[in-house]
Amino acid sequence: MSVNTDNMVKVFARPSSLTDSRFSYCPGCHHGLVMRIIAHTMDELGIQDSAVVVAPVGCAVTMYEYYRCDGIQAAHGRACAVATGIKRVNPNLIVFTYQGDGDLAAIGTAESIHAANRGENITVIFLNNQIYGMTGGQMAPTTLIGQRATSCPEGRNARLAGYPIRFAEMIAQLEAPVYVTRQALYDQKRIMATSHAIKKAFQCQIDGKGYSLVEILTNCPTNWHMNSLECNSHLANEVVRAFPLGDLLDRG
Amino acid sequence: MTGNDAMAEAAICAGCRAYFGYPITPQNELLEYMAAHMPAVGGAFVQAESEVAAINMCYGASAAGARTMTSSSSPGISLKMEGISYLVAADLPCVIINVVRGGPGLGNIAPSQGDYFQATKGGGHGDYRMIVLGPATIAEAIELVILAFDLADRYRTPVMVLTDGMLGQMMEPVALPEPVDPTSLPAKPWALTGARGRGPNAVTSFAMDPVDLNRINTERQSRYRQIEEKEVRYRETDTSDADIVIVAYGTVARIAGTTVKMARSQGIKLGLVQPITLWPFPYAALRTLSSRVSTILTVELSAGQMVEDVRLAVCDRAETPFYGELGGLVPTPKDILREVKRYVS
Repeated sequence: MSVNTDNMVKVFARPSSLTDSRFSYCPGCHHGLVMRIIAHTMDELGIQDSAVVVAPVGCAVTMYEYYRCDGIQAAHGRACAVATGIKRVNPNLIVFTYQGDGDLAAIGTAESIHAANRGENITVIFLNNQIYGMTGGQMAPTTLIGQRATSCPEGRNARLAGYPIRFAEMIAQLEAPVYVTRQALYDQKRIMATSHAIKKAFQCQIDGKGYSLVEILTNCPTNWHMNSLECNSHLANEVVRAFPLGDLLDRG
Repeated sequence: MTGNDAMAEAAICAGCRAYFGYPITPQNELLEYMAAHMPAVGGAFVQAESEVAAINMCYGASAAGARTMTSSSSPGISLKMEGISYLVAADLPCVIINVVRGGPGLGNIAPSQGDYFQATKGGGHGDYRMIVLGPATIAEAIELVILAFDLADRYRTPVMVLTDGMLGQMMEPVALPEPVDPTSLPAKPWALTGARGRGPNAVTSFAMDPVDLNRINTERQSRYRQIEEKEVRYRETDTSDADIVIVAYGTVARIAGTTVKMARSQGIKLGLVQPITLWPFPYAALRTLSSRVSTILTVELSAGQMVEDVRLAVCDRAETPFYGELGGLVPTPKDILREVKRYVS
């Protein structure tokens, strides 16, 4: 059957800031969603030709191949230091990091806190899925109490491994950051709110206001051993209790 | 100027416009000089939260196209090794100054040459080489810092200037070179400047496919062969009629220079070879020399590290004894002469 498209209006398309490369993520994974939102934001703000993505180690390591912007791959945890180096040399670039919970809140704790504390004019996109994905499901600094992971097979025990770290709250205590928020993707309303938050975070940088952090509660269907809908329900009912949603700081 | 101040000023003269560091003795003056002078030339200066952060700031700044430097001393250089491996793998130029102090561990803040292995044989993970330059005087340190920036850009590789606490802290009159205008340097089309009017640039150390990583690493190795062919530097003093030759680099080469004069005044035919590039090492020069002298004595502020390269070059064509001082003790010219006399018949 052929469809006559002459009178149709295109209301939804692949963002032009994305390349033709196909995402390498597992079915149902939130990475693709966040990447698409960032690309859409780049289109809207017209920053594709001045943006630099600082890619992490792990599932998103080759994310620079997905964007029609310059990109650099950082060592595990060092993205905020790398972003600092780029931005200090060329303040006209729009520099953003894309980091997981192990990257930002474990091995890169020092780099992440101090870039925020210096008020580097960068945007940090922080995906908190409470687990190490690429390495096969080990405990993260954000793993919930009682949550099983391959390196805490009986579930996270607070006496041995402490508590899920609320990084956005820590950053929001600092003087320099301008916008710190925690968002999620488990329903359409949250996806829209996340899109709005990401756009605002980039706008803060474009306006020269300073550091912003968008923490996004995401999933890992493979290592959570859940399908997409179960992931959404787990996020909405369990994860948000440990990581409350909303803006923590807004000086933007 | 002190050696530390002079190396900092030399970097600015060379067009360095991004410096990231962390305090550690005996290189603090270098960081402080950059803090005071980088803003005046419109360069970036950040006192980082750690050596790890500093070298990763270098990684970003170099990727963005700036001539970039960090400096530290031994324990701090150990922390930078992760970043150095990534700089190598991403083919990023960067200059790293190591004002070596006593180790291992916290050791002390006295001069040492105990980091030779770490500098010349790796230190970071993976299959790589790094150009390592060893200045013996402050004037030479200025010259080699400038050379380091040129070599780093030409071969797209990190370059280390390996010096020690004595050179960093001592003061000498110096002549500073003409400053380079960074905008006059060759363009870096690979740099991250924004994908305007061109396709995206990517700076990465990652290659999932073994065939790709093999190709990338093989290309880098071929660059190393070029460096070995073209960039070996060393200085020979009084070697043409020598019976015995000292091999020493950095501070020790300077002291041994005085030993040579003392020995000559006593009729001892002593010469000196000072490797200036510690990698690439002057194997060929020492091999040639070994066929016409009886003894090649290596002197270091270590338990014997460069001596392994000397022995690789010499094999059994000459005697290759070693004399070293540890813990921050520095031999006098007389100490070295006493050692030389053990091998003079």
